[in-house]
Amino acid sequence: MAYTEEELKKELESKEYEYGFYTDIEAETFPVGLNEEIVRKISQKKQEPEWMTEWRLDAFRVWKEMEAPDWPNVTYDKPDYQAISYYSAPKKKDKYESLDEVDPELLETFNKLGISLDEQKKLAGVAVDIVMDSVSVATTFKETLAEKGIIFCSISEAIQEHPELVRQYIGSVVPPKDNYFAALNSAVFSDGSFCYIPKGVQCPMELSTYFRINQAGTGQFERTLVVADESSYVSYLEGCTAPSRDENQLHAAVVELIALDRAEIKYSTVQNWYPGNKEGKGGVFNFVTKRGLCHNHSKISWTQVETGSAVTWKYPSCILKGDYSIGEFYSIAVTNNFQQADTGTKMIHLGKNTRSTIISKGISAGKSQNSYRGLVQVNSRAKNARNFSQCDSLLMGNDCGAHTFPYIETQNNSAQVEHEATTSKIGEDQIFYCNQRGIDTEKAIALIVNGFSKEVLNKLPMEFAVEAQKLLEISLEGSVG
Amino acid sequence: MLTIENLHAEIDDKGILNGIDLDVKAGEVHAIMGPNGSGKSTLSSVIAGNEDYEITQGSILFGGEDIHEMSPEERSHKGIFLSFQYPVEIPGVSVTNFIKTALNAQRKAAGEEDMPAAAMLKKIREKSSLLGIDSKFLSRSLNQGFSGGEKKRNEIFQMAMMEPKLAILDETDSGLDIDALKIVADGVNALKTPNNATIVITHYQRLLDYIIPDFVHVLYNGKIVKSGTKELAKELEAKGYDWIKKEVAG
Repeated sequence: MAYTEEELKKELESKEYEYGFYTDIEAETFPVGLNEEIVRKISQKKQEPEWMTEWRLDAFRVWKEMEAPDWPNVTYDKPDYQAISYYSAPKKKDKYESLDEVDPELLETFNKLGISLDEQKKLAGVAVDIVMDSVSVATTFKETLAEKGIIFCSISEAIQEHPELVRQYIGSVVPPKDNYFAALNSAVFSDGSFCYIPKGVQCPMELSTYFRINQAGTGQFERTLVVADESSYVSYLEGCTAPSRDENQLHAAVVELIALDRAEIKYSTVQNWYPGNKEGKGGVFNFVTKRGLCHNHSKISWTQVETGSAVTWKYPSCILKGDYSIGEFYSIAVTNNFQQADTGTKMIHLGKNTRSTIISKGISAGKSQNSYRGLVQVNSRAKNARNFSQCDSLLMGNDCGAHTFPYIETQNNSAQVEHEATTSKIGEDQIFYCNQRGIDTEKAIALIVNGFSKEVLNKLPMEFAVEAQKLLEISLEGSVG
Repeated sequence: MLTIENLHAEIDDKGILNGIDLDVKAGEVHAIMGPNGSGKSTLSSVIAGNEDYEITQGSILFGGEDIHEMSPEERSHKGIFLSFQYPVEIPGVSVTNFIKTALNAQRKAAGEEDMPAAAMLKKIREKSSLLGIDSKFLSRSLNQGFSGGEKKRNEIFQMAMMEPKLAILDETDSGLDIDALKIVADGVNALKTPNNATIVITHYQRLLDYIIPDFVHVLYNGKIVKSGTKELAKELEAKGYDWIKKEVAG
């Protein structure tokens, strides 16, 4: 891993949020506020069919009657939903055939992120659907995928081109009324990704999306729908960075995964939204609903590395509806300074012989609060369900908090549910040991944290694992005095 | 190489070292012996720069340079190595990854590039075979679930990799059976050159049958109360520490 260390050194030298820049791309933005007219306008703007418009309006009506949840272990000033603009699209909406046609400023942004399309194209086997301020501006590798019958495009495009698939599956796992943020997202989602893997097809490359929030004061409402048809396989990567902004930014995404019989979906996320500054000012509110539905003998695996956002509220879950289906959740959540994270998973065992695994690694530093919240539910029909949960917390310093809220509900006495939890602190003796070997304290912490997180880092695809390791280290900068 | 003069150190306002004088030259092996609680491990911690201890008087010079204000990592970069009595566990960090990180930190401090992977691998193979360490061991998490012998062997392996000017072996013999002791001692002897020095801290004379010291010092109540050659160690073995205590009291 020598190739990361020089870069790492550089990054450790810069103490400010490294992706804190802002791209000045001409954008079209709706006036602030939310009402039926705005919802209609969004739908109209995207030339959606009538059923989609109605679906959004239904969601909006549901949302109006709901209230933001207050049960998570986080405190924040609730955003004024009427002070947000719900649509922002780069004006240049053409699809690009080659990079030459892409706005050079956009390319510059990607260069800064180290994920230029150029580089991505060279990276073997990674197709990128980039969501830049809510509208996809470039899609690569589409043709290769098309040969296999794989559909990988923006959700807006999917609504136009594959309405039958979208209509069948959208909201089938996360119905609009599921929760406050899911309802909001359903009403106003601006774009996102859609992916369909046909029967028996193994997707030959990792599908990857990079997200950006870019426009001042615009929330980002992504909608992702992944459908893996019978006996298919797909690995999907989602990573994001956001520019440094003073005001809070709302991010309320919905991700729905459907694994039909014998299908497998691996969904990996590296989340690096702006966490706010050292005094706890600014930062992204990340209120995300992610859920997968498993049919017979299928498998859904969530892997997440959460290092960013001021407030995170996120529980990637699996509904193990089919017999012999498998759900997995591997998570690393890092909080530093004043960040707050309430994250975990739900494993709902409905089918017989269903299995789930939960490995959660929480790392808290500074004055942050890091909570694991997980539900393992075994329903009466779920004979021989198995779950193994492991929740480890690592604390740095004396001002942070780690909390574990495991909920176990079983209605079938053939179920086997195991829960293990540990809490540890980085010891002075560990640091001294490293120091004695010539390793400075910052590097020692990075080493210890990476070791602590290894079980989860190992679940990430290679190129993501490297990025994730760097993120862990950047996120914990300056966390020891 | 190492010159300690009138060194006083305390922890939590409690004096542990009460005026140590010690002069270690390149090529020499010094043994520091003494009963439990005499300050042996404190001395090694203070030389290595453990900030839990406060130096209240005296000086430590290494290579003619005052190291009093130096951080532990700077001292390490200068060539001071401590083989810990109780090596710590770092879960999830392999022996290989740890030593690679340490070695590259050392190189960086010397203004050198990271060691290329092939060279690193070659060096790891060479040094691990010297200490009878197999490759499976190298991929295990640092010190996690290691036996006492494995921990100590790993310390000496790291020492072999880092090639320090001054190695301090703090109770390296504790927890070792006779076979492990021989392997560790052979390793230490094989690494000896006219340019480096070793301080062996031990309660028992046993280790000194294998690592032959040029000088033996007896530490008691934070002071070196007697110095001699390896014969002194033999005498201690035969008579125990009581006669020293009596001599000091008398």
